[in-house]
Amino acid sequence: MNAEAAASGGTVTNRVTYREAAREAIRAALRADPRVFLMGEDVGRYGGCYAVTKGLLDEFGPERIRDTPLSESAFVGAGIGAALGGMRPIVEIMTVNFSLLALDQILNNAATLCHMSGGQMNVPLVIRMATGAGRQLAAQHSHSLEGWYAHIPGLRIVAPATIDDARWMLSAALACPDPVLLFEHIFLYNLEGPLAAEIGGIDIDRAAVRRPGRDVVLITYGGSLHKCLTAAEHLAAQGVEAEVLDLRTLRPLDDQTIMDSVRRTHRVVVVDEGWRSGSLAAEITTRIVEQAFYELDAPVCRVCTAEVPVPYPQHLEEAALPNPSRILAAVRQVLAHGESP
Amino acid sequence: MQIDFKLPSLGADMESAILTQWLKKPGDTIHRGEALAVVETAKGLIDIESFHDGQVAALVAAAGTKVPVGAVLARIDSETAEIVPSAAQVPAPAIPSAVVLPKREASAMTEVTAPRTGTSGAAPHRRPISPAARRRAHELGIAAETLAQTAGSGAIHVEDVEKLAAQAAPPAAPDPRNAMRIAIGTAMARSKREIPHYYLAQAVDFAAAREWLTGYNSRVPVGERLIEGVLLIRAVALAASKIGDFNGYFRNERFEPAKSVHIGTAIALRGGGLVAPALLDADRKDLKTLMQEFSDLVTRVRSGHMRSGEFTAATITVTSLGSDGADVLYPIINPPQVAIVGAGIVTERPWVVNGKLLVRPLLNLTVAGDHRVTDGRAGSRFLRVIADLLANPEQL
Amino acid sequence: MNDDADSALTRERGLSLLRDMLRVRCFEDRCVQLYGELKIRGFLHLCNGEEAVAVGAMRSLGEDDAIVSTYREHGHALARGLPMNAVMAEMYGKQTGSSRGRGGSMHIFDISKRFYGGNAIVGGGLPVSIGLALAQKLQRQSTITACFFGDGAVAEGEFHESLNLAALWSLPVLFLCENNLYAMGTALARAESEIDIAAKARGYRIDAAAIDGMDVLAVQTAVRAAADRIRHGGGPVFLEMRTYRFRAHSMFDAQLYRDKTETEAWQKKGPIITLTTRLKAANLMKEEDYQRLEREARAEVEAAVAFAERSDWEPVSNLERYVYAEPAQ
Repeated sequence: MNAEAAASGGTVTNRVTYREAAREAIRAALRADPRVFLMGEDVGRYGGCYAVTKGLLDEFGPERIRDTPLSESAFVGAGIGAALGGMRPIVEIMTVNFSLLALDQILNNAATLCHMSGGQMNVPLVIRMATGAGRQLAAQHSHSLEGWYAHIPGLRIVAPATIDDARWMLSAALACPDPVLLFEHIFLYNLEGPLAAEIGGIDIDRAAVRRPGRDVVLITYGGSLHKCLTAAEHLAAQGVEAEVLDLRTLRPLDDQTIMDSVRRTHRVVVVDEGWRSGSLAAEITTRIVEQAFYELDAPVCRVCTAEVPVPYPQHLEEAALPNPSRILAAVRQVLAHGESP
Repeated sequence: MQIDFKLPSLGADMESAILTQWLKKPGDTIHRGEALAVVETAKGLIDIESFHDGQVAALVAAAGTKVPVGAVLARIDSETAEIVPSAAQVPAPAIPSAVVLPKREASAMTEVTAPRTGTSGAAPHRRPISPAARRRAHELGIAAETLAQTAGSGAIHVEDVEKLAAQAAPPAAPDPRNAMRIAIGTAMARSKREIPHYYLAQAVDFAAAREWLTGYNSRVPVGERLIEGVLLIRAVALAASKIGDFNGYFRNERFEPAKSVHIGTAIALRGGGLVAPALLDADRKDLKTLMQEFSDLVTRVRSGHMRSGEFTAATITVTSLGSDGADVLYPIINPPQVAIVGAGIVTERPWVVNGKLLVRPLLNLTVAGDHRVTDGRAGSRFLRVIADLLANPEQL
Repeated sequence: MNDDADSALTRERGLSLLRDMLRVRCFEDRCVQLYGELKIRGFLHLCNGEEAVAVGAMRSLGEDDAIVSTYREHGHALARGLPMNAVMAEMYGKQTGSSRGRGGSMHIFDISKRFYGGNAIVGGGLPVSIGLALAQKLQRQSTITACFFGDGAVAEGEFHESLNLAALWSLPVLFLCENNLYAMGTALARAESEIDIAAKARGYRIDAAAIDGMDVLAVQTAVRAAADRIRHGGGPVFLEMRTYRFRAHSMFDAQLYRDKTETEAWQKKGPIITLTTRLKAANLMKEEDYQRLEREARAEVEAAVAFAERSDWEPVSNLERYVYAEPAQ
């Protein structure tokens, strides 16, 4: 929680949950701009799968809070078309797992229309998706595909991991002329903390140092941020000062801030809930090798999800996902590298 | 005018086709859009059409032959020339405009997360050294500080380390000793600068040890014979294990006693130079094992096959001048260790035993201690333990 | 739009429609040659035989209506009024092309004509079209969105999702299905359990009709009526245009899946022949008129070729532009 207080630049008013902050963000966006509307499955009558949109139907009516049929391709495409046609839609795909049904629209239209038209058209669409694992939802409901999406030119990918970012990133995303995919980790919805009453503006192109350090940097995003902060507390008690860097934007990656952290600490652990092979962590590691090779005192270490579809039983799921003890082990490895036995 | 009819490209990956059948012969009339021939492609038979009205003048390619894309198949006499307008008629090209966005408001983009900057600003400058260069330097015994001080800008790579090692030598072959000399010098200068040394010496009657050794060696095969030095190593190891203040590191402004006793054994290299790799856990190994490991160590050191851990593991060092050195050796401690034991050569000297003047083989043992950790009294005790063990070698 | 759908057939109207169809036909034929000469690369899908659908429909749509098309879009683009020079330059990949050369044959876009491409994924344009319609509805505009697609798209999930949603939300979409009986090499009867495509649309409670796609006048009239109904709040309408593709699916196609006799039979009742015959029978046109119109069409095509030949390639240093919207300088 200290990190939250430190992270908020404005005056602290009250304590809210991440869910409430996300809801407030949508509410504020709908109030501020008549072009904004939200559509997705069960966002209206049901109140949202994760209760983010609860109460908004009553407040804004069915034209602006639209329940859709189970037609991901159609309603994501509709979001694209509506954005082309002058609206500012927020499309909610219930979870990233279902986004696969709309992959053609996301990749072949949203990401690509600007380029295919030679720059004539832009798609100012925001797609919000829940992501991540940890609630024993088993293989088909536990994906973390934000790293996959970060592969695609034409998209912007953001992952708000703090209460302030949950509140303020949406408006920055809506102001962006390009399609933005905004990932909310399911574990974050219940996170509680102080919320700044007002903030001057949010830059969604920058990573943020949530905890400065000296001996190692933990580079992470989304649901793994708080696991890293927990690990950093443990490490501090052992005399190791770990810096924790919240990427916030996964595409584009904020190389400058990443390399600054690498230069300060010389040892890196990347924590990413995607599967290890071809992960976003792999991309970050490669960029560090390309840009800050001589600053490294040890090879970069990655903590990712094990190479297995996420299993159902708790102990196996726990073992598969990144967690504080795996992060600690990675830090130990990276600190010990090169030392004699 | 006569026009060439060429085999068209019909697909991105089409390179050639087989002209299967002519549908017209010379003298036949042909119309635009009418098929002139049939060609066989990977996908099957495709008609190829004429783009001109006219008369077939000549068939160039023979039916049944394979033809590359672009090859002339036939010639056609045609009156329908293409109407190509003069440049003036065509309006200037207009490039479609990209999406134009309103200028961003300057105030809008402020960073929201002000990090608690305990350590703000750029990190202190480091001369970059590649991992490969570090490893090579280690192998050659070149200290990192030495590397960092070399002239030049940019990163230091393996070749730079090789060059440094070869430097300073006159035109002749590269002399790695110089790099080592530099490295040793740097380390010793630092030691003398930082460690407040005190010195103690003790003359030890080596007769018992020699007698024991002779007896032992006569009973074992040649390959298992012990040398005097190993007795000393073992004695120092046991003493260090008993009196822990002489075994460990002075780091971060305090003494860190080591749990294990790893004896750094100074070994001279052929052609000059000295290294002190460690015999690990010497307090827990018997003489036979220590002898084997020591022999192996010497062989590997002299052939250059050291392991990096061996250079840094020693918790206390033992050094001697071999068989033709001085009587007494006053060694310099290897930081971050806190003590070093020196041994002069064993010489015959007059000695008093039970009131009588005799000739005995005497070994002058010295210990240099770090006065931040131990003092003369402790040092004396330490030496006495070693001396006692050497006087009673069956305890080794 | 030059919409005189409800008026009687006059010489002026007839020649105008014929000219537009000939422009498309000559353009397509010239592309065949250019492709063979390696000036046009990649995939090339031609609409010979389907000119009446493009020309008749575009006549009945408003300037501010939105159009979504497919990869077989040259006819749609030209009939919509995109400059032929720009379309030809796009075929070449030159920077003067309608998409700056970035898209090629399958991705022609022109925002000033509300022409939203140009989609290489069968059925991929339908969801976008309902979105454009949604925006029109939410902004209380009197414009509509026309979405062209083929019989192949009917099999894709996106088709069904889009029709359902359009009907559910009563969106101002005109679904224009160009049923040319083949989805690449697959005949309709081999792909669909129900080959009456208009009937499928009715299954989603959308008003639907089947139209003779070879008759440009019928197309023009039907599209006009449908657009009017949609504009007056009638919800989406579905028109199945029954037509035929004279050429292969794309350039590299041996057409093993259909018989030459079938193609020849359809060619005899093609859109240009149909209108020409009707105009001549009504004494509204003579053969010289036809020849003149064809010459003029070919001249325009040649000018476009010359334009494309002369135009520059986009510099490679520009490679990474246009991925994201660029702010004003």
